[in-house]
Amino acid sequence: MTSHALGDTGVLTGRSLRHILRSPDTILTTAVTPVALMLLFVYVLGGAIRTGSSESYVNYMLPGILLITIASGIAYTAYRLFLDLQGGIFERFQSMPIARSSVLWAHVLTSLVANLVSVTVVIGVALVMGFRTGANVANWLAVAGILILFTVALTWIAVIAGLSAKTVDGASAFSYPLIFLPFISSAFVPTASMPAPVAWFAQNQPVTSIVNTIRALFAQQSIGGDIWIALAWLVGILAVAYAFAVTIYRRKIS
Amino acid sequence: MTTEAAIRVQGIAKSFGNLQVLRGVDFEVEAGNIVALLGSNGAGKTTLVRILSTLLTADSGTATVHGFDVAGKPGDVRESISLTGQFAAVDDVLTGRENLVLVARLRHLKNPGRIADDLLARFTLTDAGNRKTATYSGGMRRRLDIAMSLIGSPPVIFLDEPTTGLDPQARIEVRQTVKQLAGQGTTVLLTTQYLDEAEQLADRIAILHKGTIIQNGTLAELQQLLPAAEVEYVQKQPSLEDVFLALTGDPREADADDDRRVPAGKELR
Repeated sequence: MTSHALGDTGVLTGRSLRHILRSPDTILTTAVTPVALMLLFVYVLGGAIRTGSSESYVNYMLPGILLITIASGIAYTAYRLFLDLQGGIFERFQSMPIARSSVLWAHVLTSLVANLVSVTVVIGVALVMGFRTGANVANWLAVAGILILFTVALTWIAVIAGLSAKTVDGASAFSYPLIFLPFISSAFVPTASMPAPVAWFAQNQPVTSIVNTIRALFAQQSIGGDIWIALAWLVGILAVAYAFAVTIYRRKIS
Repeated sequence: MTTEAAIRVQGIAKSFGNLQVLRGVDFEVEAGNIVALLGSNGAGKTTLVRILSTLLTADSGTATVHGFDVAGKPGDVRESISLTGQFAAVDDVLTGRENLVLVARLRHLKNPGRIADDLLARFTLTDAGNRKTATYSGGMRRRLDIAMSLIGSPPVIFLDEPTTGLDPQARIEVRQTVKQLAGQGTTVLLTTQYLDEAEQLADRIAILHKGTIIQNGTLAELQQLLPAAEVEYVQKQPSLEDVFLALTGDPREADADDDRRVPAGKELR
């Protein structure tokens, strides 16, 4: 049975990608809010923000905007998984001779593809707004790797929400705090400008180390220890969320 | 492990919290038979079907399907069955044809496209094959649902209340489909709360009441238990349906105007 795991995951991923192709608005709405935030911060608030760096403000805040894009995009995974559970299709899959993990992995891979498309759209808009980077191929690959890890880790949190939600609204409500988290980080203003307790939180929450890493990669500056803190957070969140999701899934299908 | 009984259930019990749904169910289904599991709402029909199709584990008792233990060899059971649940399990965003191809791929069959086209033709869905199933009528969704269950020709098919929530014409379409299955040696376990449905379709009828099988036999055997009452009930029941069908037209021509029927969503709740 497990010998089919990859093939089954591929077939089911094809199915949910087709869902996205038939409602491309899910990708656009994912990109709209971050783009609006970007316009607001760059053209309204940005002029008053002192980042203490020589970079343009759009360069400074793009990493945080990309994380917000992903945090809002993963809510669709919870939503689609919830709809599968509500209709009979989830039970149909469970009663068929397919690898059971493939049902969840298909949703995770679909989320990855959809979010990468949204992120590409947002980066495109940022380029129009004056975002510039001298990043080489290795830098870009590192940025992509971190964003992929971030998407997969958050998507497994979305899987938990989708599996345990009682209503459609409940399935996507979990993402609001995640979308908000970049605001209390180094994403838009230097953490040193915040009151001490807030600054402490901002400096020690995962978003700051991730933002700093991506920002350094785009600016081709030395990354320092941030990348290891970022990776530790991401791998840790991924491991815990995955374990939780799989436990809930097992309980659900036994 | 013997295979002469396609389904063998011994002492299956299942509780949800304090609610004892199944209290020791025993019965067998011979290979190639259509057996109707009859019972009122809440009798435990769906719970039993879910246990037999490996979606739920029993608290006690054993069950084998196609010779495989449902608890010990769920993977082999899933290879041998297909389940059509109470609510049509089709993907609304995909077309009818894509739904069939999806299932054929997941059953690891060759030529999924040809399998899909054959089934569309067999279930008179060819014209609707490239439309999203969200636009289908209740009867069409059910037909597609059952068509999806036939892919890979599993030897045992579970149909959980296949006609509940359908209008009379659609109900007749589904019954005709089930009858066709019988001729091909497929074992069908069908749950229903419609007495006439059990009567028309089933080789044997098992009555599930308060968590146990209280009677199990052919229609003739069951009729001998209570001859007079049975005959009277059956005579009254179809008469209204006959009137309705006579007034609204011949169900066999219904395929032509499928589109004009009630949208599918209405019948699902």
